[in-house]
Amino acid sequence: MLQTAEILKIFQQHRGDAIVFPGRGGRHWTKITTQPNLDVPLGDPAMGGCASFAMGLALAQPHKKVVVFDSEGDLLMSLGILATIAEQQPKNFYHFLLDNECYATTGGQPVPNAKNVSYDVIARGAGYPHAFAYDNLESFAADIQSILSRPGPVFVAMKVVPEIENMPIGQRKSWRTRSREEVLKGLQKELGIMI
Amino acid sequence: MTQPDEALLSPETVLKEMKKNGVTHVLWLPDSETNWLYQLMKAEPSLTLIVVPREGLAFPAAAGIWAGGKTPAILIQNTGLMESGDSLRGWVLGLSIPVVLLVGYRGWTRHGVTTDTAATFTERFLNAFGINYYLVENNADAPRISVAFEEARKTKRPVAVLVGDEFHGFNR
Repeated sequence: MLQTAEILKIFQQHRGDAIVFPGRGGRHWTKITTQPNLDVPLGDPAMGGCASFAMGLALAQPHKKVVVFDSEGDLLMSLGILATIAEQQPKNFYHFLLDNECYATTGGQPVPNAKNVSYDVIARGAGYPHAFAYDNLESFAADIQSILSRPGPVFVAMKVVPEIENMPIGQRKSWRTRSREEVLKGLQKELGIMI
Repeated sequence: MTQPDEALLSPETVLKEMKKNGVTHVLWLPDSETNWLYQLMKAEPSLTLIVVPREGLAFPAAAGIWAGGKTPAILIQNTGLMESGDSLRGWVLGLSIPVVLLVGYRGWTRHGVTTDTAATFTERFLNAFGINYYLVENNADAPRISVAFEEARKTKRPVAVLVGDEFHGFNR
């Protein structure tokens, strides 16, 4: 299994000027990123929508790479979006999945059939032209440049160590350093979008 | 008895309103009323039609499209709107996304008792979420669609257009 922070550190070296939706990796990414105005650390506005949001962003900004760090619990809620993404074929879309095999933010209960789901196979079956799976950091580090040089949509499933939270939501310390409104305004300013 | 065309809400009128308001992407899940609109949207080069497999996925996708500087619209049935509650809350209301929801008002009638619970709960659902809405039944009502777009832009909120099911021409 991989550590999410280590994955993100390696990814950062190859990021270029990609827009990054860090998803559940956000708590680490905010400390690693060097281009926060191209980041979209929204946390979890409503579970099940990460990939859909990132797809929308990729379709609206076809000349910028869009990278999402999705999670398996989120994706299991919305598996059908893989078919939509495959149909739209956004060439700038890179879909990384952090699979910790559990609902980490609710105490670590396993997701359905936690240890036996091959998300890369599902993505390929839905029509993604490129799908990969990693369970060790060395292989991922060796391949990341090649992955990001392919035309999207690309899917990358990675087994990660769970980082379990078991505090009531009201007692958790937020890792987000900007409000959601500030995040979206910062991104749009960076992209030259006038609202 | 055949209804005269002016008594219908034509798909051409809906498409014209979308184009007038700069819609670039339509998030859509087909329902029994929108076949002709589908064909028109597919043929319209200024629109990207994105079919979602579940209505709740249209809301985060619309948020992403808006964040990227384009103009989404969501075209779904009232049944799917109700399915989408948490996505609507978190991704559109929570992120202040200005988006128009064109909602097929299945079961709606003004000629007697409404027997379809899809219609019974539609306006109650919108009221519960504090979403303003406009009823559109025929071509004469079409300017209300532009009113909805303008209101969404001004308020940075979703605004719904309920397409009255009895009189539209989408099934012709």
